Amino acid sequence: MKWGYFPGCSLLGSARELRESLLAVAGKAGIELQEIPDWNCCGATAAHNVSRLLAVALPGRILALAEKAGMKEVVVPCSACYNRLAVARHELAADEHLREQVKALVEMDYRGDVKLVNLLEMLAIVLGKDAGLKVEKPFAHQVACYYGCLLVRPPKVLKFDRPEDPQAMDELMRKIGAEPIAWPDKVECCGAGLSVSRTDLVAKLSSRILASAVKRGAEAMIVACPMCHANLDMRREDITRLTGEHYSLPVVYLTQAVGLALGLSEKDLGLHRHLVKVVFPAQPKPAPPPQPPAEKKPAEAAEE
Amino acid sequence: MSRIGVFICHCGENIAGTVDVVKAAQAAAQFPGVVQGAEYKYMCSDPGQSLIKEAIREKKLTGVVVAACSPRMHEPTFRRACAEAGLNPFLCEMANIREHCSWVHEKSEATTRKATELIRIMVEKVKRNKPLYPIKVPVTKTALVLGGGIAGIQAALDVANAGHQVILVEKDPSIGGHMLQLSETFPTLDCSQCILTPRMVEVAQHPNITLYSYSELESVEGFIGNFKVKIRKKARGVDEKLCTGCGICSQKCPKKKIPSEFDAGLGKRTAIYVPCPQAIPNKPVIDRANCTYYLKGKCKACEKFCPRQAIRFDQKDELVEAEVGAIVAATGFDILQTRDFPEYGYGQSQDIINGLQFERLASASGPTLGAIKRPSDGKEPETVVFIACAGSRDQAKGIPYCSKICCMYTAKHAMLYKHKVHHGKAYVFYMDIRAGGKMYEEFVRRAIEEDGVIYVRGRVSRIYEEDGKLVVKGADTLLGAQPVEIRADLVVLATAMVANPDAEALAQKLRVSYDPYHFLSEAHPKLRPVETNTGGIFLAGACQAPKDIPEAVAQASGAAAKVSALFSSSELSREPVIAVVNRTAPPIFSTCTACFLCEKVCPYQAIEREEIKDRKGNVLKVAAKVNQGLCQGCGTCVALCRVKAIDLQGFSNEQVYAEMMAV
Amino acid sequence: MAEFQPKIVAFVCNWCTYAGADLAGTSRIKYASNVRIIRLPCTGRIDFMLLLKALDQGADGVIVSGCHPNDCHYTAGNFHARRRWIVFRSLLDFLGLDTRRVHFAWVSAAEGAKWAQLVNSVTEEVQRLGPYHDYQKLAGAGVE
Repeated sequence: MKWGYFPGCSLLGSARELRESLLAVAGKAGIELQEIPDWNCCGATAAHNVSRLLAVALPGRILALAEKAGMKEVVVPCSACYNRLAVARHELAADEHLREQVKALVEMDYRGDVKLVNLLEMLAIVLGKDAGLKVEKPFAHQVACYYGCLLVRPPKVLKFDRPEDPQAMDELMRKIGAEPIAWPDKVECCGAGLSVSRTDLVAKLSSRILASAVKRGAEAMIVACPMCHANLDMRREDITRLTGEHYSLPVVYLTQAVGLALGLSEKDLGLHRHLVKVVFPAQPKPAPPPQPPAEKKPAEAAEE
Repeated sequence: MSRIGVFICHCGENIAGTVDVVKAAQAAAQFPGVVQGAEYKYMCSDPGQSLIKEAIREKKLTGVVVAACSPRMHEPTFRRACAEAGLNPFLCEMANIREHCSWVHEKSEATTRKATELIRIMVEKVKRNKPLYPIKVPVTKTALVLGGGIAGIQAALDVANAGHQVILVEKDPSIGGHMLQLSETFPTLDCSQCILTPRMVEVAQHPNITLYSYSELESVEGFIGNFKVKIRKKARGVDEKLCTGCGICSQKCPKKKIPSEFDAGLGKRTAIYVPCPQAIPNKPVIDRANCTYYLKGKCKACEKFCPRQAIRFDQKDELVEAEVGAIVAATGFDILQTRDFPEYGYGQSQDIINGLQFERLASASGPTLGAIKRPSDGKEPETVVFIACAGSRDQAKGIPYCSKICCMYTAKHAMLYKHKVHHGKAYVFYMDIRAGGKMYEEFVRRAIEEDGVIYVRGRVSRIYEEDGKLVVKGADTLLGAQPVEIRADLVVLATAMVANPDAEALAQKLRVSYDPYHFLSEAHPKLRPVETNTGGIFLAGACQAPKDIPEAVAQASGAAAKVSALFSSSELSREPVIAVVNRTAPPIFSTCTACFLCEKVCPYQAIEREEIKDRKGNVLKVAAKVNQGLCQGCGTCVALCRVKAIDLQGFSNEQVYAEMMAV
Repeated sequence: MAEFQPKIVAFVCNWCTYAGADLAGTSRIKYASNVRIIRLPCTGRIDFMLLLKALDQGADGVIVSGCHPNDCHYTAGNFHARRRWIVFRSLLDFLGLDTRRVHFAWVSAAEGAKWAQLVNSVTEEVQRLGPYHDYQKLAGAGVE
């Protein structure tokens, strides 16, 4: 299977281990990820704060390049890149004038028929029945699935999962033998792009998320976004320094958790790159507080 | 030979100030077919009308044109005058030389010329007018009331007390609607069931009312005064004539844990059940979806123990046909469920409930016998948060309108809670307080000042569970959007009032228009709130728009008054501006080719197929025929007919072409 | 110098546009006096042969106006009128007749000002285009 692939800037830098684990898992599943040739930065937070046209043109160019390379689907591992590409695609589809402007700027044709695949969707296929992969080492831990804000919002544009209490990552974790906890901070803000300018706010917000997960018995936090990972893992020392709270909860990329379950090595998955050591306590954890049954699909909840 | 009389009105200075009426009258008198051209200061006045009447008699006029204001003003006035003088009223037309001429142009030759031309157009039309006579349609003096809530009950009682027959159809096993589920009503805190049940009994016992409970409207045909309806009496599984309402069947039923609809899901009922103790009729219903007998073929405990052998497992639905003259739609409303709120947890928490569920908690006949208890663990809540505008006034939820009753019932709920749990803390998160009715504002003040309910102006963005409490995160906008976090034991959402899920289907059955929210449409929002655009069908209660009980009752009585007016004579007179398919002598019978395109386009389904037969009953020809009771006179069929076999009386092809050619 | 005064016939529906024109009158809004209104119960009543006949009879311009879509007093008449209009316009175009002479509008009972504006703009346009003889020429050419 061959898919287009947009790494984005962070996968080459601070989120190297996401790239490593992604390629390792893709390799195991027989998926070849082909980078979009001559790709540029998606614009992230900076572009849409400065200029609407730039904010749409940068992802627009990436999509146009993907179309030119004949790619039907493009995997976008970074949540921010995914969000920018999806929003840009939505705006270009709705506004003909904007479309013409962007086409002129990027000097390429644009049809808007590339399908964007986020990390959760890709892993659902990797772990799906058709892929034929077996879970060799079940990831038997209680985990807090942290989606971050960009994977499911804005709901009208992304149309992916439930915006307030998403379940896609929880289901994937269950498939590899983990026990996802039910917790209210799945999509709460971690501080996002304020990582450098207002580290104190990042510390406060991320601290809350960690506290909520630890309180409900999580042994690890699973993330799908390099920004979330940076705030929750890389900034752990700042959190301790600025809030006085100390957490040892490891933050693991979804691809790393899946990779471990499929039998790949910690080294191959880049676990050693994390600032917070990824270790799981040997003794059984105390029983977590009673959770509402996780299997119940609230969309089909009992009628009155 | 045409003998048309033209009468031009000065309308004081309104017309005469800009149009040279004398010149126009002289010109009009010269038109071919016109035998009189007169002008007068005020044609609509008594002397003005006398002028017309005298002219009709003396000059033996065959048609009258009054050039004055808009026909929308005085056409009935002049037509009546003509009728009094013995001329068919439909031989009188008006030329609009005021709104369309004198009032919109300067005084000039061109203006007078325009007025003269407008008069000539009308003269040419009137020459081709034919005398028309009002159509009489019989009226069946029975009313059908759909819905047995407070609005339906009121309408049924009013019509029945006026001496007419009423058929009341209610889809639930008992009448009473949502009002029966309430514990107390604002602003008096009257016990809801105490004031409602006497009316329910009156309905059940009224000699003029036939009650079909656990029944639904199957189909409607016909038109005002002459509806043919089919009602589906759903099978209760019980012979109502034998059943005494003793209740042994429910006591013996082994399936006891079915969520009760009457208790809004908070209480439980059995498979064979009566929805509540005050149900009318007090006869049980077997819930076939949950009954062991229907699911597995076993049990039959109710049948075993019924002292009257009234259980009938093989009972089938029955279709009842009836003829009625008027229909009142009083089918009520629904409210959003807590699972419709993703930000409040998708309904997963049992301790987040909606307004109707709180009513059941507070009700003495409810699942907790009136004690306020958390549904999850049965403990008494120490802190309760009430959230107003949950879903209403929210574009993101697709409900931009206000549900009208929530501010009042939220204050009521908070008060009831404080009356029952004195030391408890009650918070209300609100956007605005809408308390416009009589004694309403005072009621809300009472909640705040006497019962110590804390009102916070702001919305709640999230609710989640933590350590057995509900963390409510809201804002206090009066303090400058300060975030407010309350750890509550129970949260009550005043969820938006919405139309019933089958409101659209009902509206289509009745051929009544409805708005984008599926509330049924009134004929005019200001002046005709109880009628619909469909003749003979009236509205009462919340099915038309969110409203409270006093308004529903008032509207129901209004609808009943309209029904009584309709029934006040045994014949209904209709304006004869309707379409007619031509008929001629055999062997042609009609130029209609029976393509029935007209049937397809008629918005009122007023075209019928007529089989023209010979004396032996053989069909010689099928042609279209217009139902005089249904046709509203739009003329779409006339424009459409390829052979022009159908024409519109009052705006016939001959008339319209003549008008146009006179320009 | 006598300015060409076009003759414009307007076929309007009773419930909306006629009432709208009445409102223009009640509000004393002044507009061009070249339009002659013919009242009909609904725009659905209009067989577009009527418009051709009007052009044949010497009208320089024709206006058809009714209730806004969804507001028809008879629920659907204006939808039929609209459909017929779309086909009619293509036909006129195909025949090479000047479609600028024929106008289709929605004027509600509350839009007195819009009616006045419509009349003024159509009168102005037709005035600019000059008297209309093309249809008569075309119609006459085919007669034996």
